[in-house]
Amino acid sequence: MKTPYLRAKRDIAENLYAAHNRALVALARRDPRIVSSYGDYPPGEVGEVFGKEFPDRIIDVGIAEGHLVTSAAGLAGAGLIPFTHCHGIFGVGRAYNQIRQNIAYDQRNAKIVLCNCGVTWGGLGPSHQVVEDIAALRAIPKLTILSPSDAVSCEKATYAAAAHTGPVILRLPSTGDAYPTLYTTDLEYQIGKAVCVREGRDVTILVTGILVADALTVAEELEQTGVSVRVLDMQTIKPLDEAAVLAGARETGALVTVEDGTILGGLGGAVAEITAEQCPVVIRRVGVKDRFGNSGTSVQVKADCEITPPFVRRAVEEVLKAKTQHAK
Amino acid sequence: MGIETLVKELEAKARKLRREALFVMKEMGIGWLGGSFSSADVVTALVFYRMRHDPHNPQWPERDRLIISKGHSCEIVYAALAEAGYFPREELKTYSHPGARLQTHVNTRTPGIDYSGGSLGLGLSFAVGSAAGAYVHATDANLTAPTRRYPAKYRVYCVVGDGECNEGQVWEAAANGAHYRLDNLTAIIDHNHFQSTGMVEKKMNMLSLAEKFRSFGWEVREIDGNKMSDVVATLDWALTVQGKPQAIIAQTVKGKGIPTYENTNCHFVKITDELIKIGQEALKD
Repeated sequence: MKTPYLRAKRDIAENLYAAHNRALVALARRDPRIVSSYGDYPPGEVGEVFGKEFPDRIIDVGIAEGHLVTSAAGLAGAGLIPFTHCHGIFGVGRAYNQIRQNIAYDQRNAKIVLCNCGVTWGGLGPSHQVVEDIAALRAIPKLTILSPSDAVSCEKATYAAAAHTGPVILRLPSTGDAYPTLYTTDLEYQIGKAVCVREGRDVTILVTGILVADALTVAEELEQTGVSVRVLDMQTIKPLDEAAVLAGARETGALVTVEDGTILGGLGGAVAEITAEQCPVVIRRVGVKDRFGNSGTSVQVKADCEITPPFVRRAVEEVLKAKTQHAK
Repeated sequence: MGIETLVKELEAKARKLRREALFVMKEMGIGWLGGSFSSADVVTALVFYRMRHDPHNPQWPERDRLIISKGHSCEIVYAALAEAGYFPREELKTYSHPGARLQTHVNTRTPGIDYSGGSLGLGLSFAVGSAAGAYVHATDANLTAPTRRYPAKYRVYCVVGDGECNEGQVWEAAANGAHYRLDNLTAIIDHNHFQSTGMVEKKMNMLSLAEKFRSFGWEVREIDGNKMSDVVATLDWALTVQGKPQAIIAQTVKGKGIPTYENTNCHFVKITDELIKIGQEALKD
């Protein structure tokens, strides 16, 4: 069974940043508090489109990620709502303390947009890939982390981030790639809610970000073999939709998590924590193992990191087998 | 009020705040004596003379901002804010208690505090963002333009420690503040020459902080930061600077006010009854 706002086909693809920028410009038109800040790195058209229309509301601090994030807190302290764009790894890696201390601890109304998150952006290699963004950031108290999966959810996440008073991390994928559009614009976006993109009885795949499309492909394939797969798009990493996780565990008895970052403390870790305490079931975590990425196209990198559909399918088959053995 | 009377009043206020700060420290039994006392005159002049602020409306959008980047020097700030009327004096007794608004580093839970310190080297970046934000609000951001049509809505004062100037981000902020011509931003460097475990010149000698800020494009004055007449005059001077942020290198004395502690490494010291006694005697009017 499919969810009502899922498009019938995944036949068009869009760059998430185009959708993000569209929302950002629309927001800025109606709210003078919206400003854009970045460090020599305006993703997509932020610099051109936003900057052309709002030259007085764009702040480029050069290559200085720590200063970028702390000064965004200062902008928020001035009553503005900064959307602060930063490479994922340099935001998480170089400005972790600033995100923690200046953004989260002080509950600044700042939106940190982490670009090129996950391992799939292989164009610049391991120095520019971030496998640990979810693991590192979800440990920070009182931080909202959004992880949209296509252009529609990304546009809605941008609006939701602006409407939410408080710190938000918007976790976006590779700037250079287009990804299949999954949803119709009817999608009801709600922070803290997973979206069930496919109903199923035998197993639940919990997936976040751009790998949702792959998870759906796997679910559709397995349907042909008589396996009923539920797929949950975990659009909010924090607060995680525990109810949806536990319902998946109770109702299907087997879970597979899928992500483009490390499974250590990532979405897989989060789901395992919840179910281990409240509803232990068999689980497999598909994601980057305890390793760094490699250079390559996104297709090559996904294969290299063993997060392509065949690996998801294998994990599903493993949990189904384990579930059957447990039942005996 | 004549300037001499004003200075005398502020000097008396600074002495009182140091006495109050000792009681704040006593609550935890240990205190940031050195840095609180070295910066006491600057904090006094800011809160009771130069800054536009309203203790009854701590979130007034157009208030001048007080950013204590050296967030450990909190006792003197809490004493000043209580004295100014941001919260009752009795609340000073809750300092360092779990759940209290007065945490052991300056903290936005406290009315009158705009920035939570503790992680060193970050405050000046926050101040740059806040100062830039004041111009964005004035709808004439054009932050790098040589002239602006509208004045900023408020000024930002940032008290920076000399030890924390080891942190690279201080200089990212310095470059950005000058690049954006933030003349509504004044940094006061509390140059007391000691950091946590020794003299700043022996830990990592940053050589001349004045030359550094000047080379980054700031207007710089070097003053005796424990001489109230100098502090007042230099804060007045800062208002007259256009198109550049200002750095006031305040040469101060660690532990200023209690002679037996002055210029010693009294960064974080045990607050004994004996110290309180000596302190109250040294700081009496």
